[in-house]
Amino acid sequence: MKTIKSIIGGAALLLATGTAVFAARTDLVVGVVLEPPHLDPTASAAAAIDEIVYANVFQGLTRVGRNGEVVPSLAESWDVSDDGKVYTFKLHKGVTFHDGSAFDAEDVKFSLDRARAEDSTNAQKQLFTAIDTVEVVDPATVKVTLKAPQGSFLYNMGWGDAVMVAPETADANKENPIGTGPFKFDSWAKGSAVKLTKNPDYWGNAAGLDKAEFRIIPDAAAAIPALLSGDVQAFPQMPAGDALAQIESDPRFTVKIGATEGETLLSINNGKEPFNDIKVRQAIAHALNRDEIVAGNGSGYGTPIGTHFSPANEAYVDLTGTYPYDPAKAKALLSEAGYPDGFTATLKLPPPPYARQGGEVVASQLRQVGINLEIIPVEWAQWLEQVFKNKDFDLTIISHTEPNDINIYARDDYYFDYNNPAFKEVMNTLEATADPAKRIELYKTAQKIIAEDAVNGFLFQLPKIGVWDAQLQGLWENSPIQANDLTEVRWAD
Amino acid sequence: MTAYLAKRLAIGLVTLIVASAVVFCVLEIVPGDPALLMLGMNAEPEALATLREQMGLNQPILLRYLDWVSGMAVGDFGRSYTYSSPVIDLIGERVLVSLPLAIMALVLSTVIALSVGIFAAARRGRPADTMVMGVAQVGVAIPNFWFALLLIYLFAVWLRLVPAGGFPGWGAGVWPAIKALIMPAVALALPQAAILARVTRSAMLEVLGEDYIRTARAKGMPRRIVLWHHALRNALIPVLTILGLQFSFLLAGTIIIENVFYLPGLGRLVFQAITQRDLIVVEGVVMLLVASIVLVNILVDIGYAIVDPRLRTRR
Repeated sequence: MKTIKSIIGGAALLLATGTAVFAARTDLVVGVVLEPPHLDPTASAAAAIDEIVYANVFQGLTRVGRNGEVVPSLAESWDVSDDGKVYTFKLHKGVTFHDGSAFDAEDVKFSLDRARAEDSTNAQKQLFTAIDTVEVVDPATVKVTLKAPQGSFLYNMGWGDAVMVAPETADANKENPIGTGPFKFDSWAKGSAVKLTKNPDYWGNAAGLDKAEFRIIPDAAAAIPALLSGDVQAFPQMPAGDALAQIESDPRFTVKIGATEGETLLSINNGKEPFNDIKVRQAIAHALNRDEIVAGNGSGYGTPIGTHFSPANEAYVDLTGTYPYDPAKAKALLSEAGYPDGFTATLKLPPPPYARQGGEVVASQLRQVGINLEIIPVEWAQWLEQVFKNKDFDLTIISHTEPNDINIYARDDYYFDYNNPAFKEVMNTLEATADPAKRIELYKTAQKIIAEDAVNGFLFQLPKIGVWDAQLQGLWENSPIQANDLTEVRWAD
Repeated sequence: MTAYLAKRLAIGLVTLIVASAVVFCVLEIVPGDPALLMLGMNAEPEALATLREQMGLNQPILLRYLDWVSGMAVGDFGRSYTYSSPVIDLIGERVLVSLPLAIMALVLSTVIALSVGIFAAARRGRPADTMVMGVAQVGVAIPNFWFALLLIYLFAVWLRLVPAGGFPGWGAGVWPAIKALIMPAVALALPQAAILARVTRSAMLEVLGEDYIRTARAKGMPRRIVLWHHALRNALIPVLTILGLQFSFLLAGTIIIENVFYLPGLGRLVFQAITQRDLIVVEGVVMLLVASIVLVNILVDIGYAIVDPRLRTRR
């Protein structure tokens, strides 16, 4: 009996080693365009940080899934009180941080209190403003009480800015991120690459990769040979430009055109003459031919939008027909507004191709109806300073990449300077509504208001052009939140 | 010689001080708020104010200048706004890429340029000269980034001999690191070599027309000795000048090549820091480059003095 066992054991061992030889590869190099300034998602708005650490290294109570849905993460379940103000989160047990220390309710309290503290430099502090108190019930239970009901609270807790950190390591996360995710931080060669390794003690389903490297390749001319030579096996957001067609026809690669949360706008300074006149803004809306703009935006991809909402979202309404392309009508509206001969204005364009190249198309379309635009290229820093901070602009083209951010139209003193009490009212109601069906209705109303007011020229949803090795499975096709979630990525056998 | 050297060093020091003032003032005028860039479009005003305070951006300009200069004097270049690590560490990491790359490119370009230049000068007007200089003319005209792309497609995509770019770090071993630098070094070196070869050739030709060369030949000295001993040494002054300029360029001006090969060098660091308004890093790198250019110039001056003894005693 003993011999038989050992023979079986030996055969099993042989089989095991045999399969190991033929097993799929377990390493991956992902190309990213921008290098993160540091690796702490709670201390910067830089998308480049979340694109490396979100869901891979750091996790929150909830998380946003590949189709934008809110799903449990470190909280395995939650209860919401009837008045919508008290959220009781049940935490997963046996979760440890990468430094070996245990994760429990105290860490949740610390993380949330840190993010909403007075001296916090969290870039999305508004996610936490609704929180009144955070209480530790027992090590596996946390009670969060809100000042008023907030329908988006669970979604907010799924942002990268709301991830859980440990008190002992929080301040060092910029250089040495310590989270609870399926990957551990390994090393960061500045200017070159960030490396992650599999977390052997992960509490959930183990990752399918042993090693993941995010390699920083800022130049399109460098990205393509890196892909073709096999040095890099995936570009979740490929700066491909004209070479995309060549890659698409190559069977070695998968090309997926997905959606991002980036509403690309011709932003209008609503507080400035002549743009404070709705007729002028309507005229601009009628003058825009979205299909032509998409064709000329540098990639040729993008879904036309008629309001500030992602077409991937279930609450989206297609409002592209509110002010259809109609140059004659645009001219008539300009005459009504007192500009029969049109006028001159400036168009400030930040560096991305969608703005610089799309801007040329927009300028030529507006010229057709008599609005002559002087194009002023600006750098990011100048854009933030002049346009965003000081409202020193007429028109600009910019993609708003934060997810679900229609509420910016309710902000006082925001850069496009829109002010409509009716819209603010809808947003206030929305904040206090938890019922999903009612929330969808409110989102629809909100979309219609800004579309009819022609607040901005709504152009197109920024595409996510993902290119990766055809053998690679599990990467996200869409980008509902700024992330490159590798937890389900593996190589085909 | 000591007086000659002391004077060169004093000029260098003054250059550094003037440069530090100019760099600091220019960067102060540049628009853009580093705190706003870090926190982005959703930032709340109080979070911004806290960050500005933390970054020390609220202090008076003169105080910040003095802080910065006195820090640099003891090797403290400050802390990067975006990367939250000391500037000197960031520079240190990048120098480990840029300096070996610059040296490799310089050695390569000098070896090629001197041999080609002397070869062509010795065969003035003959077909070999015409051909070699024709190739050099093309080399001067080719943009180095385009040449780099050709190299990448040939050696990385097609032949797969070397990586298409990136730098594994010296920790990954000396050979992988060197391997990653070969193509960038060649791409940088060839256009430089072409320029240097033309300079070498014309300097040699000028010297070869001098009376003392004819005298040396007339007294029966072998052609090769005249060429290598008498002519080359006298032709080296303009060559050294160009070499000094090229080294400064190779250290600071390789940004395009660094982008094509996505190498984490100094050029990329400074470019990235400018777009992020990480001014303290920009200032640190620029000062380092000024210092290295000053140093190279001093070395070139010393080189002149070695080649031409008359310079050692003049004034």
